[in-house]
Amino acid sequence: MTDTLTPLLTSRWGNPDSWTLQAYLKAGGYEALKKALSQDAADVLNNVKDSGLRGRGGAGFPTGTKWSFLPPPDGGPRYLVVNADESEPGTCKDIPLMMADPHQLIEGAIITSYAIGCHHAFIYLRGEVVHVYRRLLGAVAEAKKAGYLGKDILGSGFDLELTVHAGAGAYICGEETALLDSLEGRRGQPRLKPPFPAVAGLYARPTVVNNVESIASVPWITLNGQEWWKSMGTEKSTGVAIYSLSGHVQQPGQYEAPLGITMRQLIDLAGGIRAGHELKFWMPGGSSTAMFTQEQLDVPLDYDSVVAAGSMLGTRALQVFDDSVCVVRAVSRWMDFYAHESCGKCTPCREGTFWLRSVLRRIEAGRGKPEDMQILEDIPKSIVGKAFCPLGDGAPSSLVSSLKYFRAEYEDHIENGRCPFDPKAAYLFKEVAA
Amino acid sequence: MTAQDLVTLTVDGIEVAVPKGTLIIRAAEEAGILIPRFCDHPLLKPVAACRQCLVDVASPFGPEGTLRPFPKPQPACAIAVSEGMVVNTQLTSPVAAAAQAAVTELILINHPLDCPICDKGGECPLQNQALHSGRPTSRYTEPKNTFAKPLALTPQLLIDRERCVLCQRCTRFAAQIPGDPFIALQKRGASQQIGRFDPDVLGMAVPDGEGPFAGDVPAVDGRPFAGYFAGNVVQICPVGALTSAAYRFRARPFDLVSTETVAGHDASCSTIRVDYRRGTVLRVQAGDDPSLNDEWITDKDRFAFRWTAGPDRLRTPLVRRDGVLEEASWPEALAAAAQILTEAKSTAVLPGGRLTLEDAFAYAVFARRVLGTDDVDFRARPASEEEADFLAHVVAGSGEGVTFAELTAAPAVLFVGSEPEDEGGVVYLRLRGAGTKVYSVAALASRGLKRLGGTLIPAVPGAEADVLAGLKPKAKGVAGEAAKELSGGVIVVGERLATVPGAYTAAVAAAERLGARLVWLPRRAGERAAVEAGLLPGLAPAGRSLAEVGQDEALSLFGTTAPAKGRDLGRIIRAAAAGRLDAIVVGGLEVADLPDPTLAAHAFERAKVVALQVRRDEVAEYADVVLPVAPAVEKPGTFINWEGRLRPFPQVLTSTALSDGRVLQALAQKLGVSVPLGQVETVHQVLAALGRPAQRPAAPAAGVPAATAVPAGSAVLATWHNLVDDAAAADYEPHLAASAPLPVATVSPATAKAVGVTEGGRLAVSTDREVIDLPARIDPTMVDGVVHLPTKSPGSHVRAALGAAHGSVVKLALAGKGAGQ
Amino acid sequence: MTYGPETLEALQRDAAEVIARYPTPRSALLPLLHLVQSVDGYVSPDGIEFCAQTLDLTLAEVSAVATFYSQFKRKPNGQYTLGVCITSLCAIMGGDAIFDKLSEYLGVGNDETTADGMFTLEKIECNAACDFAPVMMVNWEFFDYQTPASAVQVAEDLRLGRPVAPTRGPDRVHSFREVSRVLAGFLDGHEDEGPSAGDASLRGRKLAEANGWAVPAPGAAAPAGAAAEGESK
Repeated sequence: MTDTLTPLLTSRWGNPDSWTLQAYLKAGGYEALKKALSQDAADVLNNVKDSGLRGRGGAGFPTGTKWSFLPPPDGGPRYLVVNADESEPGTCKDIPLMMADPHQLIEGAIITSYAIGCHHAFIYLRGEVVHVYRRLLGAVAEAKKAGYLGKDILGSGFDLELTVHAGAGAYICGEETALLDSLEGRRGQPRLKPPFPAVAGLYARPTVVNNVESIASVPWITLNGQEWWKSMGTEKSTGVAIYSLSGHVQQPGQYEAPLGITMRQLIDLAGGIRAGHELKFWMPGGSSTAMFTQEQLDVPLDYDSVVAAGSMLGTRALQVFDDSVCVVRAVSRWMDFYAHESCGKCTPCREGTFWLRSVLRRIEAGRGKPEDMQILEDIPKSIVGKAFCPLGDGAPSSLVSSLKYFRAEYEDHIENGRCPFDPKAAYLFKEVAA
Repeated sequence: MTAQDLVTLTVDGIEVAVPKGTLIIRAAEEAGILIPRFCDHPLLKPVAACRQCLVDVASPFGPEGTLRPFPKPQPACAIAVSEGMVVNTQLTSPVAAAAQAAVTELILINHPLDCPICDKGGECPLQNQALHSGRPTSRYTEPKNTFAKPLALTPQLLIDRERCVLCQRCTRFAAQIPGDPFIALQKRGASQQIGRFDPDVLGMAVPDGEGPFAGDVPAVDGRPFAGYFAGNVVQICPVGALTSAAYRFRARPFDLVSTETVAGHDASCSTIRVDYRRGTVLRVQAGDDPSLNDEWITDKDRFAFRWTAGPDRLRTPLVRRDGVLEEASWPEALAAAAQILTEAKSTAVLPGGRLTLEDAFAYAVFARRVLGTDDVDFRARPASEEEADFLAHVVAGSGEGVTFAELTAAPAVLFVGSEPEDEGGVVYLRLRGAGTKVYSVAALASRGLKRLGGTLIPAVPGAEADVLAGLKPKAKGVAGEAAKELSGGVIVVGERLATVPGAYTAAVAAAERLGARLVWLPRRAGERAAVEAGLLPGLAPAGRSLAEVGQDEALSLFGTTAPAKGRDLGRIIRAAAAGRLDAIVVGGLEVADLPDPTLAAHAFERAKVVALQVRRDEVAEYADVVLPVAPAVEKPGTFINWEGRLRPFPQVLTSTALSDGRVLQALAQKLGVSVPLGQVETVHQVLAALGRPAQRPAAPAAGVPAATAVPAGSAVLATWHNLVDDAAAADYEPHLAASAPLPVATVSPATAKAVGVTEGGRLAVSTDREVIDLPARIDPTMVDGVVHLPTKSPGSHVRAALGAAHGSVVKLALAGKGAGQ
Repeated sequence: MTYGPETLEALQRDAAEVIARYPTPRSALLPLLHLVQSVDGYVSPDGIEFCAQTLDLTLAEVSAVATFYSQFKRKPNGQYTLGVCITSLCAIMGGDAIFDKLSEYLGVGNDETTADGMFTLEKIECNAACDFAPVMMVNWEFFDYQTPASAVQVAEDLRLGRPVAPTRGPDRVHSFREVSRVLAGFLDGHEDEGPSAGDASLRGRKLAEANGWAVPAPGAAAPAGAAAEGESK
């Protein structure tokens, strides 16, 4: 049986100067690349495919399968784009990974590029994390100087340019086709599919878009083999993954564990819920996934079990809220987020989040009306399954699920014309604003 | 189409077979089912943004072909059909109906309830949708998004942003069809809006001294030029968000009568719909004609229609008495005209280039049979004998030649002395849509050529013949490439070659040598018909020689003997100016368009003038008798477009105005000749009887004069008309005029340096007459030693001010420093 | 455009370098807009025109992009952007109180700049540091575990010109223009400053170390089914 926690992608974080090439090499870095370059590209690809690695950016699509969707080479360019736009509320794993260990991602990007026949890869980093951008730019420069990037990498004959690109603030760019439009210098609005990026992605060429954590897993799988990777996690959710705990736990942070660990275990590892409080609700995979309560504490946090329990594993962004928190407030603020970040392309997301935001704000402020409950029931249905992209579909998740568990709390706000909670009680600090 | 190319599916239980790749929304139309939509447009790429067209879809899956439903409703505008697909629309699927109702409700939450004052009210898809499947009362009680309204996107185009449903038809049109992305989505989410770059609207701080911000090509109004096709966005806007200044608040659509007819502002002769109410045209829209203009027209075709109803419109004849034009009765006027023409020992006819085939034929007969003169020329612009020979040899009687479809499918198209966008309008759009390979022999890569992705074959104005002669497959560089690709291709020549000796001759030779077809793209709607009617010296209808009069029964209307071969435009004007011509019958033309307007004015002063005119313009001031005639909208007739296609149109407005033919028939009667010139069918009978000419007149054979050295401080003039300029047809439409590109003088970097002018500085272009003083634009594609001016744009009336034409040598100087010296 | 010849030349030189990073020039638009912010302190109309000219786009196409992304400022920005995360989790953990306190201290509201041009206060959305909540970003550098008092102290120190170091970032906070230049892809030499990771990021790793937990050694792989078995308690 695998250990409870299994630091792998997080294993070098905190090492002295961990972001430098020297430190990375000292910790065994770029060995996987050497191994990969000594193999056929197809073998590298098949190893990842056979490992069962599933995308760590939210949707959980098998990474190697995604690579194998690329059409056969036609002599033209094909691209790898690493999705480092980490923006889903609650998600906070890729940013520390790139800050602490950028070479891990770069090595993964080189191996992946080699596997798919790409000679110009991109890391699309959200623009609001300037120090992470520094670390990535610095690491790419170092890697290039040392011959891990550029022409004839390590004498293999394989060439790769790697461009790190900073976005400029738009949640929607986490959606892979919106990201591609943004990388092409356009508004980050999702594209119509088909064609899928594998066929016509960046600059209308075959393109693989993968999350940071997925690509950072690639060197490990390459180095240690797919059997080793499959020995961790569950049958359909193989390997290890980073679980990010935030909110009302004693020790919020990053906990890397085999897929399938439970929330009860994680909360225990994090020292339990805030002293004097009980768990009220938690988000398993970011704010776009349905919330859970005490009831789901023992659901294995793997892709399929979470779906079976009525939500999604998403990015394993586990946000914990204790009994001091007003669920209407939390959901209202998430709706603010979606209304602010809706790209505006499709009617359901643009107008639906705009409407729901107004209604939720009113209810929270004690100005709700009885008929609002029907709006809260109906408008999510007008968005889910009607919106252009998955981000629209995910926008009302917290609302819909909160109505399932906490409907009375909404009705209480409306009937009594006020919020029964004191926001200050939820603050993590004792001092209280005027 | 073979069975393999067809896909069979069912829509609401109706089986329908459609070509592979057809979108569900189109397939449903085939089955007679209308799926509501806003962003969908058949000529634009799908975006599936509005989500109004969601339908329930199931497809066969796996070896068994088990029908598997899509897990959620799909946008019918973006999904291609597949064999055995089962589509259920709002008519049969509660899922689809609910999805569509949900989207309608969401579209309406931020849409104002201002249908009673909205131009779109009554012809609005959203209004229909709301009435059809919306809620009786809205559940939305929150504040709506509001915007300052309306915003002027151009002087002509207005946007009421709160009405916009963000379907992006307009921005997709602008980017995909003409390639003029002057508008784009701005901001995001619920604040997202269609707009230009407007710092005020976008809340962008403008430091003192910055702006205006016009980008590379400014318009007259100081903002970026929006192109010549921007008006199409008003027509395709599915709500009342985009309106035109010309039509806004003018009418309710249900009060309008709509007639399909033919546009008369260029030689494409696009299909249009004219909407009028109680005898007044209120708007023009593009017709749907896939063989010609798709669903697009130029802004000139769309907005330039008020000229027929201005204060200068002639309703009664005028006769000059004691030097003053006075209103007269028809009998008085006809008598006065008849007297002039009877007394004149020599007469000429200048009918202009905007005539219908029927009216052109009437002039052709009237000149030869009634006046007994062959001094006739339809060309109201620089013209040459070589061009007349070219027209007789290549164009007259050639029937339908290269079509739009053939042009766009050609391996390559070479424009020589012709601008597909400025002079061809929708020719440009069709070429761009097809991605046809385009070359242009010109002094610079025009904006149109650049947006076609075309290749410039540089030529100093006047040297086009030499460049054409150099197009050989073995030639180096672009000339060789073009020569090779032109095998089976098309060479298009335009009007400015009339001032380039040898160019038409060289074009004919090049077409033969390279195996290309030859197309004449005239600028005016009536020019092709004028050639077919025989409005050139020595030319009878259908490409016959006037010498055949008296021999061919089909030419009997021309009388029994033909007059001796007459003089062309230039010689007519010179003769009249010299007092060697007694009277001229003038049709719809402007003095300012003639090669030398000063000389022409002098000619009209000296000769007696009988003018047939729609409006009282400059020609009337020289006329002794003015006979009012009907504009195209008030008579039936036929244009012939550049393809040679007959473009018949009905009389749109009820009118008592007479066609030129009817007036000429009456005048002939007064002169004692009874001939049926006022009947629409006459010319068609004559042309049918004539058929194709057995042998064509000889090809032009003009020599190329040796190039003359251009003295220092001078440059060769390149010039053509901007599509929207000071044309008389655009009168009374100030919003259109203000949307035109800002006139500039374009020179190469080296020429600019030699003159000492910088981008945006004032450049003085002069002859010994006057100076044209315009902002300089430096274009690296421009040939050195050449300056380009628009022919007739505000501040740049090249013929009137300079007496110059394409290929003339003009002086260049910094404005204010020795200009015109 | 009203850029002086030297500024314009520098912009053009930098733009060429940015464009060279991409197979297609238009991809340079976002970095170029960051670059404009590094020169003008916001996306100025002149900057829009510069980008349009450089990339052969219309002004409308450039402003379409510039107004889509929240990091592009349409008004001259303060020397420091104080961005308080107010997305659900941070807001509830105290972000709202932090924002209110800062607003009171600075005398400006959301998206407003102090009269002295020192600070722009901004409500920002989730910045991927939830385990450090409540979070404040100063010119997009991380200030973790904020309280109203600590946030005001940061502003106060910046105002007085005292060196202020982010929790996870360079040794001191750099100006909006300087940081914008980094976002255009021009490294400023501070990448080796600051820690590897914050304490929250390391909690799992430290716990594993304390307990002797680790991934299995390669080669000693258990059969694939075993893991699945193991986690169903």
